[in-house]
Amino acid sequence: MNTDASLVTRSHEENWLPILELAVEEVFEIMVGCRVKVAEQSEHKPNEEFTAMVGLAGAMCGILTVRCDAQTAGEVDKRMLGDTADSQQQVADALGEICNMIAGNFKNKLTGTDGRCMLSVPTVISGGEYSFHSLAEGTSLEAVMLFEGAPIAVRLQLES
Amino acid sequence: MARITALIVDDSSVMRKIVERSLRQAGIELEKVVEASNGAEALVAVQSNKVDLILCDINMPVMDGLEFVRQAATVESAKGIPIVMITTEGSETHVVQALTAGARGYIRKPFTPDQVKEHVLPLLGKKP
Repeated sequence: MNTDASLVTRSHEENWLPILELAVEEVFEIMVGCRVKVAEQSEHKPNEEFTAMVGLAGAMCGILTVRCDAQTAGEVDKRMLGDTADSQQQVADALGEICNMIAGNFKNKLTGTDGRCMLSVPTVISGGEYSFHSLAEGTSLEAVMLFEGAPIAVRLQLES
Repeated sequence: MARITALIVDDSSVMRKIVERSLRQAGIELEKVVEASNGAEALVAVQSNKVDLILCDINMPVMDGLEFVRQAATVESAKGIPIVMITTEGSETHVVQALTAGARGYIRKPFTPDQVKEHVLPLLGKKP
């Protein structure tokens, strides 16, 4: 399991990584029709050609991102719809929905957030020449999962 | 089962296609599928089409799904049309809000075609 303990700064959130991984696994199995597995530490992180993000506000504030390369994003879209993507817009739409469902599935698994944590609509950035900076400086959890052998990084960054 | 017209409301075109596919997999024969990307578009669509079933997301820009359900309750042409929410917002609070506003069903994303079948068919007078 790719558990980078240095990313976890608050004790009660240490247990959230398996919950995040489970949320990712369920979304891919149900909506993409494909099992994903946790990447080993030695495996590479993805080229970040697509970044989908959903904001969280309320009892839990921060941002959840899903990052992968363009080929992987296209394959996710293809698996979801059963055909090749019409456009890059459709690929972005599919990855945004995956991000949205992971965020929702994750927060639904936590106790104590009932109705007090809202999600934003997803935003997707494509192209490799960018840096991602979040103002939510606090706890970070990252699950790197393998989808058809390709890494997909799911990161939850919370305000302290 | 008679063929029906379904209104699918979601800001994601990918999700609208998946919901339509799930309806077909549930054995529902679709005469027509009307799509809207937010609640405001759905209010227009429900007044310009004879709709038998509405499947609606909650988190959408312009007008969210809960507000759509509330406003649809005041629109003559929308009265009596079953509305099923399909959303990532899975909290009990959201479920209660949706059902209080007039929704007849609630499906959490991610969802399987069987869940769509289980929730939608009874609203069309059929056993799942």
